[in-house]
Amino acid sequence: MTELKLPSIDYAAISPILIMLGTALLGVLVEALVPRRWRHVVQLTLALLAVLAALTMVVLSADERIITAGQALAIDGPTLFLQGAILVLAAMALLLIGDRSVERGGAFVAQAAVTAESADDRRQAEGRNGLTEVYPLTTFAIGGMLIFVAANDLLTMFIALEVFSLPLYLLCALARRRRLLSQEAAMKYFLLGAYASAFFLFGVALIYGFTAGIPGRTAGVDFATIHAAVGESPASPVLLFAGMALLAIGLLFKAAAAPFHVWTPDVYQGAPTPVTGFMAACTKVAAFGALLRVFQVAFADANWDFTPVLGAVAVLTMLIGAVLAVTQTDIKRLLAYSSIANAGYLLVGVLAPSRDGLAGTMFYLVAYGFSVLAAFAVVTLVRDDDGEATHLSRWAGLGRRSPFFAALFTFILLAFAGIPLTSGFTSKFAIFGPALEGGQAWLVIAGVLTSMILAFPYLRVVVMMWLSEPGESTPTVTVPGGLTSAALMIGVLATLVLGVAPAPLLDLATGAAEFVR
Amino acid sequence: MEETVEYAQATGLLGGVWLLVAIPLVSAAILLLLGRRADRWGHWLGVAAIGAAFVLGLSFFFQLRGLENKSVELSLWDFIAVGDLRVDFGLLFDPLAAVFVLLITGVGFLIHLYAVEYMSHDAGRRRFFAYFNLFVAAMLLLVLGNNYVMLYFGWEGVGLASYLLISFWTERPSAATAGKKAFLMNRVGDAGLAIGIFIMFATLGTTQYDEVFNGVGALTGTTVLVLGLLLLLGAAGKSGQFPLQAWLPDAMEGPTPVSALIHAATMVTAGVYLIARSNPIFSANSTLQLVVVSVGALTLLIGCIIGAAKDDIKRVLAWSTVSQIGYMFLGVGLGGAAYALAIVHLLAHGFFKANMFLGAGSVMHGMKDQVDIRRFGGLSKYMKITWLTFMMGWLAIIGMFPFSGFFSKEPIIVAAFEREDWTAWLFGGAALLGAGLTAFYMTRLFVLTFHGPQRWTEDIEHPHESPKLMTIPLILLAVGSVGAGFLLATSVPDWLTETAGLGGEQAEHAAVLSHTVITILSLLVTVLGAGLAWFLFRAGTATAPQPAGVLVTAARRNLYTDTVNEAVFEKPGIFLTRALVYLDNRGIDGLVNGLAAAVGGGSGRLRRMQTGFVRSYATSILAGALLVMAAFLAVQAGWLA
Repeated sequence: MTELKLPSIDYAAISPILIMLGTALLGVLVEALVPRRWRHVVQLTLALLAVLAALTMVVLSADERIITAGQALAIDGPTLFLQGAILVLAAMALLLIGDRSVERGGAFVAQAAVTAESADDRRQAEGRNGLTEVYPLTTFAIGGMLIFVAANDLLTMFIALEVFSLPLYLLCALARRRRLLSQEAAMKYFLLGAYASAFFLFGVALIYGFTAGIPGRTAGVDFATIHAAVGESPASPVLLFAGMALLAIGLLFKAAAAPFHVWTPDVYQGAPTPVTGFMAACTKVAAFGALLRVFQVAFADANWDFTPVLGAVAVLTMLIGAVLAVTQTDIKRLLAYSSIANAGYLLVGVLAPSRDGLAGTMFYLVAYGFSVLAAFAVVTLVRDDDGEATHLSRWAGLGRRSPFFAALFTFILLAFAGIPLTSGFTSKFAIFGPALEGGQAWLVIAGVLTSMILAFPYLRVVVMMWLSEPGESTPTVTVPGGLTSAALMIGVLATLVLGVAPAPLLDLATGAAEFVR
Repeated sequence: MEETVEYAQATGLLGGVWLLVAIPLVSAAILLLLGRRADRWGHWLGVAAIGAAFVLGLSFFFQLRGLENKSVELSLWDFIAVGDLRVDFGLLFDPLAAVFVLLITGVGFLIHLYAVEYMSHDAGRRRFFAYFNLFVAAMLLLVLGNNYVMLYFGWEGVGLASYLLISFWTERPSAATAGKKAFLMNRVGDAGLAIGIFIMFATLGTTQYDEVFNGVGALTGTTVLVLGLLLLLGAAGKSGQFPLQAWLPDAMEGPTPVSALIHAATMVTAGVYLIARSNPIFSANSTLQLVVVSVGALTLLIGCIIGAAKDDIKRVLAWSTVSQIGYMFLGVGLGGAAYALAIVHLLAHGFFKANMFLGAGSVMHGMKDQVDIRRFGGLSKYMKITWLTFMMGWLAIIGMFPFSGFFSKEPIIVAAFEREDWTAWLFGGAALLGAGLTAFYMTRLFVLTFHGPQRWTEDIEHPHESPKLMTIPLILLAVGSVGAGFLLATSVPDWLTETAGLGGEQAEHAAVLSHTVITILSLLVTVLGAGLAWFLFRAGTATAPQPAGVLVTAARRNLYTDTVNEAVFEKPGIFLTRALVYLDNRGIDGLVNGLAAAVGGGSGRLRRMQTGFVRSYATSILAGALLVMAAFLAVQAGWLA
């Protein structure tokens, strides 16, 4: 019997992943061992420290360019950049999740098992402290995302997908108020997510079949093997193309691209707002990190074949996101459709197969993440006795009641609309420029046209906040505590700084924009 | 012959050239920022700032005389640096700039001094001096910049200051309208200048004077022609030349010192400066020179004819300014040595015109702001100093020997006769005719104001001479009007030809008439014109407008140029605006609204597909998945084929 050969693992390079997953396990222990009244503080501190430590490790290994753990993980420029992005955005999201001053007891339910809408439920909504299990769940999700963007074979990628998806399904169900909506959202997300995972897994199987039979190579689903197989495999290309299509569907589902976006508005609306922000920022980074790696590393040589199809998906996504945003009446659904349209813009970046295109896409992910987290931070603040007031009619005249927060939100909306001097402009520029150079003018034209449509719903909110008289039902804005304020200010400042001086981050992204194979 | 233009770096005392712009600018800022707190002493700060600038300018001037190169450049900082485009925030001090600095600060100082008294009863005196200092700073920036962008900054700065000062008495509707008119007509010219600068960027990639002048030889004739015509349009707008002359006489709505400083001595000569500074461009194309000469000749005649028919003392002077600047354009258009002659005339004009404007202000001061020369008369007995100083200005402008106008205007007439073809007769004749007409209408003005019977309005008992603060500047300027001509005509041309590129080699043509004949002729028409006017108006004139012939009626109406402006620009402009509004409402708005409705309707319909049922979501995902699979397989099928 041959000896089992262990793969060599560079533990320093994968330490961010280990830190996050280790902290998540520690968090489970904290739930069991630490007294209830200390848990919140301990868990939040632990999670933030872990993110900080992981971020430090990412920065320290900034020059690492290796494939480790037996072809399973690639620690290269894009991995490190995107891991850094996920960690920074996750830190902001944790600040929102941990805030207990905006709503007494936090945004999460105190006892998830109590029947929704019952008398017990009403009692617990009155301010008992929320569940602290959200912290281990969040750290598990972050850990999964870190693996997802580093995964160098399809099976690792699938496992990472599940590792970060399952905690998210749970988190979606834990809203303190409107619990039926929240549970419905989680259910839908879970069912459709499982459905999409099946597509992904089927795709993995087909690709595995495709790689079989190359002389001198064993079959496998690591990207180097797939890359080699695209040119050489004797197997029928139907396997390759069907597999590629199924993989794309699984990933596009997570990225919220049309026509796989249908879950997004319902889930974004039902989930607790801090979790929505976390998904809009971090899940997007993870999903597009994986899309970039799959299509620019594994299937790079099939470039001419997938570009028209993914391009069509991009145009459809932009169009559906922009057009449907026009008639939304709920601010969270509006932001959900805006997030769908932004997935379309990001796909344009994925289809610009140059170093600048990759750098632009990564820059866009960071810039958009900051803005969208700031936007959801404001959404948590506008509330009345029944919780957040998300219907747009309730936002009329907000500029008179709370000019400061209305001004911040206006700035973020202008950034979404791509007005110069905001990161929305520079990031669109960073994506459309390389796409134009790469000969994808039709995608850029579609992008510009849909941005014009999309400007309308944003500006409608601005007009509503500033030019309408405050009505009876206009809620007041809660003055946020330190955590939400910090997240909000970081988001707004980053939106401004990346709009005025994008060069340092763009240079960093360009320096990192090269995959190892 | 290719001559490259190079400037030396400024060192030593000349490194402080920037102070010339900075001092008036800081003073203006202080006056504006301190507000009423500076009301008591603000005007003296304004006067002191200009005085200091004059002293500095004088010392720089002597420094420059001692230098070998006679020009220094001072690069302060990189103003714009984008890609290949580099614009310096830099200054250039050379003979041309130096004489302008001395004119602006010297005459400017005297006018500031005069204004202290003239504006003493005005509540807004501090604000007035702030704008005045702002103007001087902008004007100095205009003449000191070392590239066209700096010039443009100064150009717009003087435009702004001029606008603020013309409409200084905002409570008068006519002043506000005149300010707007000046602003709009200047805009036409400024647009020309701006496009000209863009063309420099596009064709030469620079706006630095030296690089532009060295590169102009490599451009095609058409490019040079277009560039030159655009610069000329800018110059014509600022200097009130045909066809943009209509704003200048209306600008007399401002306080009289403003008319003297901005609309007679300095700002309106900016166009002449622009053409003189850009002479390598203008010398490079003979068609261009012909256009400049034609504009100059035409404007000088228009100015004379209209000036002869006006009864408002300031407007007569304003039209004479238009006419005299026409002479300067004629000079710079002739090229060669005539550049320097035009600048000499400009300097002399700065003195005698400022002198006469301030004299007019002094008359108005004593006559309760009356401006109608038909209601003056016999003032020589009551305002001795004003009368005598005004007489110096009058003799100077009509070009009587030995006053300054003779030495500055007569050489331009000679130069006009020196052209090589029949145009010598045309332009020489126009210049000569202009000299005669100038003598006529200026004599008319002088006689009707200071001599003949008194035709005052009833409320004036005893006109008084102005206080010392007003008469001292008058006396100093009168001395300049008398003496400066000879001094300038003998020394300045040599000094100016050392300005890089100015007065370059040009073959001398023999004049079609001999020099002596021209001199005698020009003196003769002057005496004739003056004598005729004296004879006609020695006994005064009617105090109400008289019926007149076609020419006089036309001249009273500014030769119908306003009517032409109205018919050619205003009416079609209004029509175009209305048509565009209509098109916008019906066409574009309709299209936009239609699109918006389509998007909204589509959005509403699509929204119904978002049912909320997880089964329909799963179906739509499945349908999408089938589509994507089909698309991929279709691509693959194509690949196989």
